[in-house]
Amino acid sequence: MSTETLTPEEADGQKHAQRAKRNTSIGWWVITIVVAVWCLFPVASILATSFKTPGELSNGKFLPDNPSTTNYEEILVGDSQELFLTALWNSIGISVIATLIAVVLATLCAYAIARLDFPGKKIVLTVSLMVSMFPVISLVTPLFNLWRSIGLYDTWPGLIIPYLSLTLPIAIWTLAAFFQQIPWELEQAAQVDGATPLQAFRKAIVPLAAPGVFTTAIIAFFIAWNDFVYGISLTSTEAARPVPAALAFFTGASQFESPTGAISAAAIIVTIPVVLLVMLFQKQIVAGLTSGAVKG
Amino acid sequence: MASITLKNIVKKYDDGFPAVNNVSLDIADGEFVILVGPSGCGKSTLLRMIVGLEDITSGELQINGRRMNEAAPKDRNLAMVFQNYALYPHLTVYENIAFPLRLAKDNNGGGSVDEKVQRAAKMLELTEHLDRKPANLSGGQRQRVAMGRAIVREADAFLFDEPLSNLDAKLRGQMRAEIAQLQRSLGVTSVYVTHDQTEAMTLGDRVAVLKRGILQQVASPRELYEQPVNLFVAGFIGSPSMNFLPGTIKEGSGGTVLSTPIGDIPIPADRAAVAQGRDLVLVGVRPEFFEDAALVDEAKMSKGSVFTAELSHLEWLGHEQYGYIEFEPDEKVGRLLSDLAADMDADELRPQVVTTLSAESRVRPGQPIELWVDTSRIHIFDPESGENLTRDAEAGAELTRMAAEERERELAAAREQDGQDA
Repeated sequence: MSTETLTPEEADGQKHAQRAKRNTSIGWWVITIVVAVWCLFPVASILATSFKTPGELSNGKFLPDNPSTTNYEEILVGDSQELFLTALWNSIGISVIATLIAVVLATLCAYAIARLDFPGKKIVLTVSLMVSMFPVISLVTPLFNLWRSIGLYDTWPGLIIPYLSLTLPIAIWTLAAFFQQIPWELEQAAQVDGATPLQAFRKAIVPLAAPGVFTTAIIAFFIAWNDFVYGISLTSTEAARPVPAALAFFTGASQFESPTGAISAAAIIVTIPVVLLVMLFQKQIVAGLTSGAVKG
Repeated sequence: MASITLKNIVKKYDDGFPAVNNVSLDIADGEFVILVGPSGCGKSTLLRMIVGLEDITSGELQINGRRMNEAAPKDRNLAMVFQNYALYPHLTVYENIAFPLRLAKDNNGGGSVDEKVQRAAKMLELTEHLDRKPANLSGGQRQRVAMGRAIVREADAFLFDEPLSNLDAKLRGQMRAEIAQLQRSLGVTSVYVTHDQTEAMTLGDRVAVLKRGILQQVASPRELYEQPVNLFVAGFIGSPSMNFLPGTIKEGSGGTVLSTPIGDIPIPADRAAVAQGRDLVLVGVRPEFFEDAALVDEAKMSKGSVFTAELSHLEWLGHEQYGYIEFEPDEKVGRLLSDLAADMDADELRPQVVTTLSAESRVRPGQPIELWVDTSRIHIFDPESGENLTRDAEAGAELTRMAAEERERELAAAREQDGQDA
């Protein structure tokens, strides 16, 4: 359509519409940039600090004058190596196991909640929500005593179990919501098409549920990975201490030197798997797969 | 190919409410049977019991004479088209159609998977869409994929659960014709659930009308229309629906007259006879039984009678016009009519008579006019039981017999066609 065929009023109106559209898109850009800076500045600051030498730490500049990898050497091959690497191993092991257990249990539970009608369905959902609302700090002291008396204190299971209490509720809620979106008819259609109930679940439901399960697993992993309160309260040695807690035990080269650089380097290293996970599974996290199953 | 027999089928839910109550139905091999009724009448439940997605509380379901109550859906060898198509969104059109074949694996009975999928796709004009995902298809194409998944595996019967209700009106008409042709050319037994009258009347060899889980009448569309068993069937089938007028029989000067709120209508003696001994009957008159008396020719005139009425308003549609006559029923009849409307899932019926008049008629609303009504075809109903007192069972059975013969002929023609193709 050429503008010549438009009356002046129409052309004017079109210009207004274009200007309004441009204004909103500029608005969105501004908001996006503000949010990005707000979120990424602390990360950038830690990244910059991790490359500073101990002498530069309090020089008040953002960027290091002579970027060095001293801090990384310190935690990966230096004095803090043992403290950091065992903690990293603990963190990975405990978080992965807690995530796996949470996802498997939550998948079964959420599937039942989404598909079956059983008494107490509401209660399961409410209770799991209540559990996730419970302040962690109020549970720590009783758990500390309980774990010590039954021998779970400072062990992997001693952390995995409380992590389940954090990850299960959110996993059940997100998965139940996700399963509810998958049309029931697909499973029935598969059964009519000649599938056993198990085949119907595997061939019609699982492929559709996979993005939801992935997303849930990643969220659950983050929760377990980032925990600090349980990590520091329920461990006492390297046997089970995860990274966030271990960071607090870093010491400087001398009593009077602060371990800020090493802590920053460790923080960057523990951030890497999280960023990698999001990048790898970005596609699966985008869950637009069910559109088109039923009338769109 | 298969016959399906339902024997006293009952479905009771946990609260004891019978969604389907004592339904018996024989569906012959190659027959196209429609289950129709207002929403909540149990038609979908009945279909889902046949396919095995709902348990049968009591009664017996036989497919080809074998009891199937306990068989899992996969063992019944039936194909179903769902209301929302239920396509697998993660699979391409090709894999969607191939899905049942891949599950069956070894017992494909000749022909490769690819061959069968291609044949089905060709039949449904889906060949160029085989690589696409369902999300990228239009409503009509999705519908066809769902059909493809059904026809590809040579199932014993097709079950349709309101397959066209998600399509727009134009596409619905087109798909309706396609389904009819497909069913005839494949000659496969089909059960089709709908609440749409047009679908019921045009597709079905026989139509089963259900009301609150109870089977009212099973007959050819013609029989349902001309010889309904009761008030419900008479009111449900036909659009605009049949008019029900309270009436009393009086002996007038020129024979028997039926005194109704819209005037005294003389009726033939045989129709009057059934109403003897009742002080009130309901008269069922289809809108097209009325005509502007000025336009009725001599030969036809004698089949009915003329009375005077006043139209409250008139709608001219081009090919015909609807004239409305309003009347004031007494309280008892009013309640009866609104109960009936509730049963039929309709809005509250206004106490009015709809008449379909020829488009040429120049009658005007608001003044007394002469209307002719075909009294030889009117029905008289018992207001208490709803039973049709004037139903001619023999004539009705004859209509259904004719429909059955028609079906046999068409099936034979389809088989012959098949023989030539092969």
